[in-house]
Order: sequence, then structure tokens, then C-alpha cells
Amino acid sequence: MSTLESDVLVIGGGMAAAWAAIGAAQEGARVRLVDKGFLGTSGVTATAGPGHWFFAPEARAAAIAQREAIAHGIADSAWMARILDQTFRTLPTLEGHYKFGLNDQGVKLYGPVRGPEYMRALRAKCEEVGVRILDHSPVLELLLHTDGSVAGARGVHRQRDNQPFEARAAAVILATGGCAFFSNLLGSTNNTGDGYLMASEAGVPLSGMEFSNQYVVAPAFSAVTRTMSYAWATYYDASGKDLEIRTHDGGTRALARHLLEGPVYCDLSRMPVDIRERLPRISPNVMIPFRRKNIDPFRDRFPVTLHAEGTVRGMGGIQIADDDCQTIVPGLYAAGDAASRELVTGASSGGGAVNSAWALSSGTWSGRAAARRAKLLGSRAERPVEAIGQAGLRPRRARQQLSTSELIKQTQDEILPYDKNLFRRGVQLSQSLGVLDQLWNEARDHLQDQHIVRSRETASVIASARFAYHAALHRRESRGMHQREDAPQSNAAYQERQTVYGLDQIRGSFDDRQSLEQAV
Amino acid sequence: MIELIVEDRCNQCNACVAACPTNVFEARPGQSPIIARKDDCQTCYMCELYCPQDALYVASDCHGSEPVDEAQVVASGALGQFRRDHGWGEWANDPRYENQHWYMGEVFRRAREKA
Repeated sequence: MSTLESDVLVIGGGMAAAWAAIGAAQEGARVRLVDKGFLGTSGVTATAGPGHWFFAPEARAAAIAQREAIAHGIADSAWMARILDQTFRTLPTLEGHYKFGLNDQGVKLYGPVRGPEYMRALRAKCEEVGVRILDHSPVLELLLHTDGSVAGARGVHRQRDNQPFEARAAAVILATGGCAFFSNLLGSTNNTGDGYLMASEAGVPLSGMEFSNQYVVAPAFSAVTRTMSYAWATYYDASGKDLEIRTHDGGTRALARHLLEGPVYCDLSRMPVDIRERLPRISPNVMIPFRRKNIDPFRDRFPVTLHAEGTVRGMGGIQIADDDCQTIVPGLYAAGDAASRELVTGASSGGGAVNSAWALSSGTWSGRAAARRAKLLGSRAERPVEAIGQAGLRPRRARQQLSTSELIKQTQDEILPYDKNLFRRGVQLSQSLGVLDQLWNEARDHLQDQHIVRSRETASVIASARFAYHAALHRRESRGMHQREDAPQSNAAYQERQTVYGLDQIRGSFDDRQSLEQAV
Repeated sequence: MIELIVEDRCNQCNACVAACPTNVFEARPGQSPIIARKDDCQTCYMCELYCPQDALYVASDCHGSEPVDEAQVVASGALGQFRRDHGWGEWANDPRYENQHWYMGEVFRRAREKA
């Protein structure tokens, strides 16, 4: 096993990971970034176009008020103010690597950026400040010191015959993204909740996992989940009747109800001609799937579907314990979609805007704090450490030949269907949880696939689904994204953030402080 | 899913091997890479963007493989279209392919006003 040493280890390759690495390197730390894929194309930012929450100081109070109105009482406006301030200061520092757009009046707009160009710029910036990047090097498990603090991680170089590596560092940042359950959400295949599993194994609680059921419209054949064009969509049932659904304005649930009944079709005939012509220059990937299918979406009706977005556009993730985005495990930080975003989003999706401001800010803060920690403590590389990965790596009982694709499919059968996850009912959630617990026990006891990365991803996906449904079952009310058919009203008693922790036995709590004390 | 590596165009630079986020390609000494793990393709088109030779073709279907005819694809002009639309590489300073992503907010605003 090769051994790598740095002050700060960043795990992940999306925008949060990149900003974390930049933040740490600018504080003078030696930084290593390891990603499952390639820093530049990995993750959901690279394939999309985040429109950061970006406001000058005088406009922020209104932006926060607008957000508070849909947060349903579980966000924290002080955190919103923090990410608005950080994003406004930091995003323009990418100038020189990213060409920010000028609008028709010649005003430079920093907030909306195009994914592949943005991630290319972030990679260039990482290289400029001396971050050492290891692509195609998925991390499999965390290392802990005997005092419970984080010591690094282990993984494999998947383009070098899965050669194992051990990366030691004084601080570790989990920027592994959310979990989309292999749903065909664009760019999300690497987002399998790896950070949730690794953090849970270290005793870290997750927060807001019930908020994990956002869905997004796409052509039925395609992974191109870009919502902008669908602001002009007209939806039809099989008989050709206009369903009068507006998916960009809260119509997703109506669309799901129709999809449960039968196929739904769509055209973009209402899109003004000037926007049609501009479309490839705004989002070049929108038209590609249509052109290659010989579909004219402005004239022809094409079938649509809803892809699950899991915690990517949901809000659940690793619980943050302090202002630096450190977890309850000393030296372990979480950034971006790997972390819970409830502090800034509350109970409604942060979409591309708040979520990207969060990713930038939580990345920057965790990077800087991780660098300071390393400076204070030194590397501690000589001390003994323990590798703590369990499910999918070290089965509890005799290894058996299990099919990871079958385990994933069975998990999807519970977590993807609209009638189970979007229109939630306690009875169904309990029943699904029973199935998922069984899958977990099977994986926990016997899974250790030769394709070790997929083995771990399988365990992560099952674990993430269980956390989501455990939290959904215990929030016996409806709030924001989480809507219960059997409890359609909000209940003031639940106006709290909910944490879940533990793996073989999942526990939960509606009191932040209590869960911080109970865990570990 | 990824369907084609056009051999005539490929210069064996292996940029696709490096750039594919899900590790679909496999490099081969002295030859063009192969599509080794097609099932892992997420139909994200990133490989097309990073291929300076416009030698790759990703078909639209994300659920499974669909047969494509190489000659037809080459004749259709689809190769390199995505990279050009992005203003990537040699297209970077061509005003026809200027990055107008900033207009996204305007599109949503206009849709709301119309509703």
C-alpha cells in the first residue's frame, strides 16, 4: 500500500471539494485532493450550470426574507447571511480562470456560471495554488486516531489496477456530494452517499435526511435534467389533453400523479423564438439529446419522466457541529451536498442557487479551518491509526457472492417510485424500511465484491435510503419537501431539525444538542 | 450512452480516459482506447467536450445501448457539435459560440411573466 501524507486531505471532486482545497492551500497548507472520478467532470455541477446565490450587501435582507418564507422554520438566517457574504467575496476570485458573462447592458454577472467551464476553472485554480490532485482514486474508508480524531483515509487508484493507498492528514474534508441512488439525474452516478456512510461509521450524525425526495423533469429517454427549458413546457396526457402543469412553479407533484396513471408527453412550443436560438449558447447540452433523436422539441411531443434527485437537491447530509463546518469528530469536516444544508435552505430545496453558494462557502470555511488545525497539530503521521470501514469492505460473517446490481435495484425499488417516496405514508415507509433493513443486513453480513468500489457504493446507497426513510417515518407531519399523505399538516412540535445516527441500529432525535451528546 | 470511438479521428491522446468521470474507457498501448465499461456511462457528454479530435459519439438514450452507424454519425455533423457549442478549445474566442449562460435567469423571469 502506498502512503501519502499531507496537511489537509479533501475527498471529492466537485465544486465544494475544489473550493475546500483552494481555501486550505491559500492558508499555506499542503493539500491533497482525491476524487473517485476527474476533478473537472465529476459531480452534478460539471454537467449543469449553478446560478450562485449572489447579492450585493444592500440586496441581501430581501433575499434572506424570501428564503425564510419557504424554510418552514428550520433554517438559520445568520448562516444565510454568512454564505451570501462569502460567495460575494470569493466567487469573483475565479476571474482569469472563468470568463464571467456580460449581460446586454454590459454589466458583469458573477452568479450564473456554466458547469464544465466552471469546474475547469476550479481545477486550474487548484493547480495554481499548489493542490495535488489525484483523479480516479476513490476513497473507501476513514482512518481514526485512538483519541477519536480523524487521521486520514484509504482508497484505491482505479486506473492503476486498484492499487491501494493510505492518505494521512491532520484534517479531512468530506466533499463527496449527495446521494441520487443511481437515478439518471445528470452527472450523479458518482454521488452514492459515500460520505454519509463514512461519517456514520465514525459516529457522526446526519441531519435532515427526510428531505431527500426532490424530483426533476427530463425527456423519458435522457439523463439531461436541465429545468430551464421546461419553464416553457406544455404537458399532455396520452389522449393529447393539455394537463396545465407548470413544473418550474411547483407542478412536479402534479406531474408525478399523472405519471403514475400513464405516460405524459411534452413540447416546448411556447418557448419564444429568440430563446430557442440562444439556447445552445446558454446551455449547450439541452438540445443535443433531441437533435440526436431527430426530435424537434418546439414542435414534436416527446415522453417525459421525473428523475429522483435524492439528497443532491434535497437538503439532508452530515451534521455540521460548528461555524467551520467541522463535525463532532475532531478534524473531520463536511462541505457541499455531503453536508446538511438545512441551515441555509430550511425544508425547501436550495436548488442550484443556495446550494452552490453553500458548496462554495462550506468548502472555503472547512478548507481554511482544516489548514489552521494542521498548522496547530502537525501531521501526527507516526501515531497508530484504525481503519473503520465496515459494510461492503469487512463483512460481519462469511463472504458470499452477492450481486451488487441486484442489491442496488432492490434499493431503487423502494426509494425511487413516486408513490413510495414523493407521496409518503407511514405504512409504506415502514414497509420499505423493512425491505431496506433486510438488504442492509445481507450486505453487512456478506458483501465484499471484487469490484471493491461498487461494493462500497452499494453499501452507501442502501445506508442512505435507510437514513432517508427512517427520518421520513419519524417526522409525522408535512413540512416543505417532506409531504405525508397521512399527516398533511405541519405540526409546531416538529419545527426542529432531525438527526439520525448509527448504522445497524438507526436512532434519531429532534433535538440538535441531544444528538450531539448521544452520538459517538 | 457512449457508442463510438471513431478510429480515423482518434490520435490516442487518452484525454477521454482521464476525463470520463465514471471511468468508462480503457487505454491501450499503441492503440486507441476502448469503451471497456459501457454500463457505467452516465450519458453526460463530458468525454465529447474533452476530446480534441471530435472522435467520440454519445447517443441520447441513458437507459441502454442503441445501435449507431458510424458513417451516418460522421455524415450527420454531430461529431464535435457539443464541443463547438461550448466554445471549447479552438472555438474559445469565436463570438458565435460565446458563453451566454448568464441569460438563464432571464429565461426563468420571462417564463414567469408570461404565465
